[in-house]
Amino acid sequence: MGQFLPFTKQVLKNLFSAPATTQYPFVAREYPERTRGHVDIDKDNCILCGMCMRSCPPGAINVDRAGKTWTINRFDCVQCGYCVEKCPKKCLSITPGYQEPGPEKVNYSVDVPYEPPKPAAKPAAAPAAAAKPAAPAANAEAKPAEAPAPQA
Amino acid sequence: MGKRSIVPYGPQHPVLPEPIHLDLVLEDEKVLAAIPSIGFIHRGLESLTSKKDFNEMVYVAERICGICSYMHGMGYCMALEDIMNVEVPRRAEFLRTIWCEMSRLHSHLLWLGLLADGFGFESLFMHSWRLRERILDMFEASTGGRVIFSVNTIGGVLKDMPNDMLKDFVRQLDEMEKEIRDTTSIFLNDYTVKSRLVDVGILTGEDAIRRGAVGPMMRASGINVDMRKNGYAAYNEIDFEVITSNKCDSYARCEVRIGEIFQSIDIIRQAVAKIPDTEINTKVTGMPNGESIIRVEQPRGEAFYHVRANGTKFLDRFRVRTPTFANIPALTQTLQGCQYGDVPLLVLTIDPCISCTER
Amino acid sequence: MQEIKKDMYLIDKAELLQVIMEKKNALWRLCQICCSFPKAENHYEVTYSFANGYDFANYRLIVEKDEDVPSISRVYKSAIYYENEMHELWGLNVENIKVDLHDKLYRIDVETPFIEKEGE
Repeated sequence: MGQFLPFTKQVLKNLFSAPATTQYPFVAREYPERTRGHVDIDKDNCILCGMCMRSCPPGAINVDRAGKTWTINRFDCVQCGYCVEKCPKKCLSITPGYQEPGPEKVNYSVDVPYEPPKPAAKPAAAPAAAAKPAAPAANAEAKPAEAPAPQA
Repeated sequence: MGKRSIVPYGPQHPVLPEPIHLDLVLEDEKVLAAIPSIGFIHRGLESLTSKKDFNEMVYVAERICGICSYMHGMGYCMALEDIMNVEVPRRAEFLRTIWCEMSRLHSHLLWLGLLADGFGFESLFMHSWRLRERILDMFEASTGGRVIFSVNTIGGVLKDMPNDMLKDFVRQLDEMEKEIRDTTSIFLNDYTVKSRLVDVGILTGEDAIRRGAVGPMMRASGINVDMRKNGYAAYNEIDFEVITSNKCDSYARCEVRIGEIFQSIDIIRQAVAKIPDTEINTKVTGMPNGESIIRVEQPRGEAFYHVRANGTKFLDRFRVRTPTFANIPALTQTLQGCQYGDVPLLVLTIDPCISCTER
Repeated sequence: MQEIKKDMYLIDKAELLQVIMEKKNALWRLCQICCSFPKAENHYEVTYSFANGYDFANYRLIVEKDEDVPSISRVYKSAIYYENEMHELWGLNVENIKVDLHDKLYRIDVETPFIEKEGE
């Protein structure tokens, strides 16, 4: 039979087996851990350097140093992961979970609690910075003069 | 002499996933000539080199195509590695080989599905794509993307596959191999499929060379050329035979691609067995200066990357000649003298990827 | 003919047809024709690539901005598309293409060639 009607076996199998697809809206899709869904930011570590903004191929990220915000247009983002690779503080990450569709493109904005280092004329700010728990320890010890000042 | 007419074919057509336009000169039902025109999805990726720096271009190069995206990124990285004299770690070369072969697997399964759809065998189409889905899941688990993988970088790859993940992939491929064999035997043996493919769209070996055909199109005409034999990535350590067929028709193209599916599974097995434990990327510094030409065997055939750098972060020229562009002259050859009803099928047998072609 | 680097030769216009005929008679396959316009040099560079099995050879022709290049489409039919592409996207004049598609190979909305816009 296989020679003349090779598809018959498959047809019989199809009749008695479960569908290959998932019942999507009722059964949620499980994403593997490496899925590049969306870019997340650990805002406490961000130093607003703007590397991600300059490296982003579609130009979806905007870093506002004066207004202390990190903004991403998730509809422009192509999930390439180049910002994650470029970030000097490794505060960006790509996590599973895709952006939901919407009627218009909206920006997602994060207020970054980062204080730029005081000008070199005032080195007195250093001890206060070392006492702050949220500040990155390595940074505070290695370069005390440039350590972030306490947050408001 | 019958009545001559010109029939516009495409850009929208049920069998075409992407837009290509053909002006068909018909005499009754017989095609006398076909004049293609493309450019409906031209994006100007080549001239983006003047706006994106050479590191960002990796991600742009990947987006040339949605099927062979991995190899476009890899070809671009290989060209820059050649210009900048970067030695890529061996493990990265093996990982690239494995991902390349997985791309080939999913591309050929996709093509089989489209072909089945083209001659109206809907359930065979569904079955091919069901098999392909598992490869996409493997891609998602290893790179994080189902279509665009973004794992290449100049100097290696960004993500490692742990050895137990590789072993698991091989186990899954072993399971799939049996199912693929069942499904592909329908393509090779079924009477209805054969009646649509055998002796349709003859392209002789000499024509294939004269018309500059590449990839399975050329190998189905009996020409033994496969760029993988040049030994890029880790292919120099892998033992494989180039698959050719002497039948020169659409059936031969189907046969060659089916042969390559099993060959890819075998290459993945060999690569997993031989993969060394080294770093996966090397740090690259400085600006590229010079030029390089890289040829890579994509699922659809030989792709050609010509990168010319001038010592700044913007490249002078990034030329991609994709396999489909090279196969269009061969397509017009096969269309000459065929029946009008076979046109959709013949367009499919070159495995057209129009987005690639237009860049 | 002068070798620039491995598999890459610089030729001039008079030599082109002779080289092409040699390749055709030896059953070489036309890989591609690439036109580029390096801004620093301000001339076109046309690269013809041929392959035979795993052998590979490139021939480069340097063309000034308003110069024409002879078409090779009568020898290699597949050159029709590369030459139309060169004319359409890069504005390089190719004499006497066998099937001249008159800038209709790519159906693009914006005006081609792109090279003029970059010069502005």
